[in-house]
Amino acid sequence: MQKSNPLTTFRTATWLGWQIESNWTDPLLFAIYSIVKPLAGAAIIVVMYSVITQGAFSNPLFSYMYIGNSFYMYVAAVMTGISWAVLDDREHYKTLKYIYIAPVEVPVYLLGRGVARFVTTSVGVIITLAVGMLFFHLPVDLATVNWPLFILTLLIGVIMLAMIGLLLAGITLLTARHEGFIGDAAAGALYIFSGAIFPLDILPAAIRPIGYFMPTTYWLELLRRAMVSNIANTFPTLAQFDNLQLLGILVLLSIVFGLLSFGVFRFCDYLARERGMIDRTSNY
Amino acid sequence: MPEATVRLSGWRLFISTVFARAYPRLIGQQREASWLVFEVLLPLVSVSAYVFVYRALKAPEEYVGFVVMGGAMTAFWLNVLWSMSSQLYWEKETGNLALYIMAPSSMTAILLGMALGGMLATALRALVIIVVGSWMFNVHYVVLDFVQLFAVFMLSMTALYGMGMMTSSLFLLLSREAWHIANLAQEPVYLASGFYFPIKSFPFWIAAAASVIPLTLGLDGMRQLIFPSGAALGFLDVRLEIGILILLSALFLVGARVLLDYMEKLAIREGRLTESRR
Repeated sequence: MQKSNPLTTFRTATWLGWQIESNWTDPLLFAIYSIVKPLAGAAIIVVMYSVITQGAFSNPLFSYMYIGNSFYMYVAAVMTGISWAVLDDREHYKTLKYIYIAPVEVPVYLLGRGVARFVTTSVGVIITLAVGMLFFHLPVDLATVNWPLFILTLLIGVIMLAMIGLLLAGITLLTARHEGFIGDAAAGALYIFSGAIFPLDILPAAIRPIGYFMPTTYWLELLRRAMVSNIANTFPTLAQFDNLQLLGILVLLSIVFGLLSFGVFRFCDYLARERGMIDRTSNY
Repeated sequence: MPEATVRLSGWRLFISTVFARAYPRLIGQQREASWLVFEVLLPLVSVSAYVFVYRALKAPEEYVGFVVMGGAMTAFWLNVLWSMSSQLYWEKETGNLALYIMAPSSMTAILLGMALGGMLATALRALVIIVVGSWMFNVHYVVLDFVQLFAVFMLSMTALYGMGMMTSSLFLLLSREAWHIANLAQEPVYLASGFYFPIKSFPFWIAAAASVIPLTLGLDGMRQLIFPSGAALGFLDVRLEIGILILLSALFLVGARVLLDYMEKLAIREGRLTESRR
């Protein structure tokens, strides 16, 4: 069967994802929704920090926590966005079977659906960082940000997260009453093991090594270093690696996870077709 | 000819409806073991993250206890958001809402059953979160007054689920935006209600405004009663908080009754009981 151009599929899926994410209300309420939720999440960390340190925002630990928490929004959004596309299309809109019989590559379609979440989350990330710079003296100087490193790291990270999202989407194809939990559980686990809001050294020694195998650990560290150059020497966890080494580790782990994710998705897709799960609904 | 079934009416029908609607909440939710695992595991993941934040900040160990308690209470808030407020929206989506309206029992009884069943089922989960979280992070409790503690907890739950019943009638008029509004009400409420830190950290009037959410004063009162330094970090005196919670309970329960009747009539008039706008 002749398939559609992947770029056309991706673009159309992105447009569709954006429409689903945004057209449930008027633009003002949507803007408020896109801003309030991420800011509230960041504010919890800020208040917790402020209560204990009496507002010592110049401490490098605050920069570590705030920047890590801001960019971590991408992790949950992109990963769960892709896996939720399966749930939305199968259970709510009941269109998954039509996607499957359309001349499109399903993984490309799902990746496109996840991009919409990336776009909406970017608004939240930018505003959260701006609030940090304006009100909490976050030491991010736009003139000294390592933009090439930042852009490259962000790009690699989004692709990596999208591939992990594809893995979760594959698992979602085979589950019925637990779909909502899968993405949240994965995002929550990475929140602890990626050093997002606290250095990995705080974790008990027995479970600390898990963090070293997570690509998100290196991704967040590189983003912090790109934005605040002297943060690398403040915490010993990854201080012995320079930026190039961290980038190499990130690329390597991203490739490993990417191949694993693609393989798992293909396997789950095969099983879902074999078991007739593509067009089933469970009202969950 | 078989004997005719006894037909219930009045308060007997009300009570039967409450039990009937509470039953699937309490029993049905325990049948899917994986749900129990996830509904305990996910709050514990958040608890763990915030505990490690406090450990990174070298906070007093009681703050770890605050986080464990807050994590357990998130189970109740999420239950009120997703299984109370949004429930009539889900029922509309699955086609059950019209059946509820047509049934001879009142919607108040149905919602009350949902509240009671949900409260009990969630209490089991919250207890597991507290036990496991306390064990994992070595949290110790010193209960100063069991009677006040019980009163604070029960009044918080009554007011909270009363609020859930009230908001469920509002969600009756919503469609796809219901999911997003419920989603929006998570982190801002965790922040405003001080789930993970003492609400006293906020300026007085901000904390006072946040006290409209029953869990704000409920958490604050419980912390004062089970942690030695709780009183020093408390927002208001526990007896005053109990009084306010009694007022909130009455307000939300009466509000639920009034709003439900009004919204039901409005939804019937505007034909929204069976619409499925996606």
